[in-house]
Amino acid sequence: MELHEKKEQFLEEMANKIRQDIIAMLVEAKSGHSAGPLGMADIFTALYFHILNHDPKNPNWPERDRVVLSNGHICPVLYATLANAGYFPVEELMTLRKLGTRLQGHPHRTALPGLETTSGPLGSGLSEAIGIALALRLDNKKNRVYCLTSDGEHDEGNTWEAVMFAGKQGSKLNNLTAIMDRNNIQIDGFTENVMPLESIRAKYEAFNWHVLEVNGNDIAEFVAAVNEAKAIYEKPTMIIAHTIPGKGVSFMENDFTWHGKPPKPEEAKRALHELRTLEGRIKSEHE
Amino acid sequence: MLNKNAKLNPKLFDADLAERPTRDGYGEGLVAAGEADPNVVVLCADLTESTRSEAFAKRFPDRFFEVGVAEQNLATIASGLGVSGKIPFISSYATFSPGRNWEQIRTTISYNDSNVKVAGAHAGVSVGPDGATHQAIEDVATMRVMANMKVIVPCDATEAKKATMASAKMWGPVYLRFGRAAMPEFTTEATPFRVGKAEVFWESNGGQGKSKKPQVAIIGCGSLVHYALRAAKELEEEGIGTMVLNNHTIKPLDEDTILAAAETCGAVVTVEEHQVSGGLGGAVAEFLARTMPTPIEFIGMQGVFGESGEPKELISKYGMDVPDIKEAVKRVLKRKK
Repeated sequence: MELHEKKEQFLEEMANKIRQDIIAMLVEAKSGHSAGPLGMADIFTALYFHILNHDPKNPNWPERDRVVLSNGHICPVLYATLANAGYFPVEELMTLRKLGTRLQGHPHRTALPGLETTSGPLGSGLSEAIGIALALRLDNKKNRVYCLTSDGEHDEGNTWEAVMFAGKQGSKLNNLTAIMDRNNIQIDGFTENVMPLESIRAKYEAFNWHVLEVNGNDIAEFVAAVNEAKAIYEKPTMIIAHTIPGKGVSFMENDFTWHGKPPKPEEAKRALHELRTLEGRIKSEHE
Repeated sequence: MLNKNAKLNPKLFDADLAERPTRDGYGEGLVAAGEADPNVVVLCADLTESTRSEAFAKRFPDRFFEVGVAEQNLATIASGLGVSGKIPFISSYATFSPGRNWEQIRTTISYNDSNVKVAGAHAGVSVGPDGATHQAIEDVATMRVMANMKVIVPCDATEAKKATMASAKMWGPVYLRFGRAAMPEFTTEATPFRVGKAEVFWESNGGQGKSKKPQVAIIGCGSLVHYALRAAKELEEEGIGTMVLNNHTIKPLDEDTILAAAETCGAVVTVEEHQVSGGLGGAVAEFLARTMPTPIEFIGMQGVFGESGEPKELISKYGMDVPDIKEAVKRVLKRKK
């Protein structure tokens, strides 16, 4: 589906709202991951508010496209997006990581509507997405499967087992689009220091994938890439989405120390101020 | 004497009793389950022939997936299929699956409640010449501790087929354990099989001049149930009455039948081709400690690894043969109050 200007503006505003929700959730939860969820807010917004064929009021609708979040630790962005899309009340976001919540610290499929898998331990999601895509194929269904992965989880052998298998299947898995959050950070530091991944594009191409690279913080560019992937018949597609970890909050951007910690109340206040004023470019309506 | 209701093969104790590996029953069960339900799919990690997944692959090529030597992928692709209406069986050797992919099974199958059946072939030391690297003797323990996982250890090929078909019909994650070596085929099509229900295969009275009740309950699983029956027959001839339970389902444990056996006999011997900690013996001990503390002797691997050798040589060397079971019965008898 093409993206007109008015829709693009709506999506950008929604992504900003989702970023604010992420900050609010994390400061309330007092633990969790900040950088990844903020960096992926544009892609999640594009998926759930423009790309996906889905029905938030009927989360088990058989005709829905499937989203598999492999790097489960960025679930605050998934939860905030699902809530804003109407899967569950936005107020419930404040229960993240608390006793009795449906918003588990890492996503649990049977706990919350809208989740396709349980995830957290890295490297398994691409395989699970492959299994879902194969099942849809066996049933002659047209639904598409989107798998969100991180760059860091490409350290896992399981990921490469999946990459190899999908390449072998070729056109049988052209209903699968994988998206890598190429934000270059992981817990212990920059990916290229912890365990070099480059050239990640060449690696995927060598395994018989169609590879696209986009600015993952540019919604229009991402939507165009997803549309291109739908047109590729021969093989599955990997969209390498270059994102800025912590995007939208100046003091979190590109700083790997924000991978796995939440903002303190004072930091959250600053972060929310920046997001509400689009980093000072507009005056906040809350002020 | 043999329990008539168990409808075992009457030639059970004959020297020329037919022998087949339990993995053969798995292969037959897969085809039967595949015929009964088009949603049954099979995945294998480069061990299609030896896990007996081959017949299914030939019969239903579109529903068979070869993943290569990649057990983590085996489990996680199956997880995706299992949450999408399919009934995947994943076949490998138990040392690799569930050995190497334990966390994937835990997170993406058990916790995720994906309808996957994990089939571990080549379990126990009776794998034989391949040696300890290929002899899974911890798999029941590592699967049993997992929430939402059922564990079934069939005693012969006929029962293995039934267990495979029953698993396909039953919602949720199941671990099925099979052996490599040809072992006595002593149950029949008519032998009762229900997941979660232990069957009394043998029950003798207390022996000459003693009470009518058997004195020791031998609770076994897998191919060693036949060894337990042979031990029971010899013990009866020596005047010691026992009861033999075929406890194919380790989880959920048939607590009613085990409690009744413990109450009747007042002493228990567990028999399994697995480490004595964590497996069938562990499950029975945990349960009886809670409900009716009973002296127990444990036949199985005593905290060591196996080695290369012929299956029957290994069963004997590691203390799981008929004479070992008989000695365990006599030991536990002495411990009875």
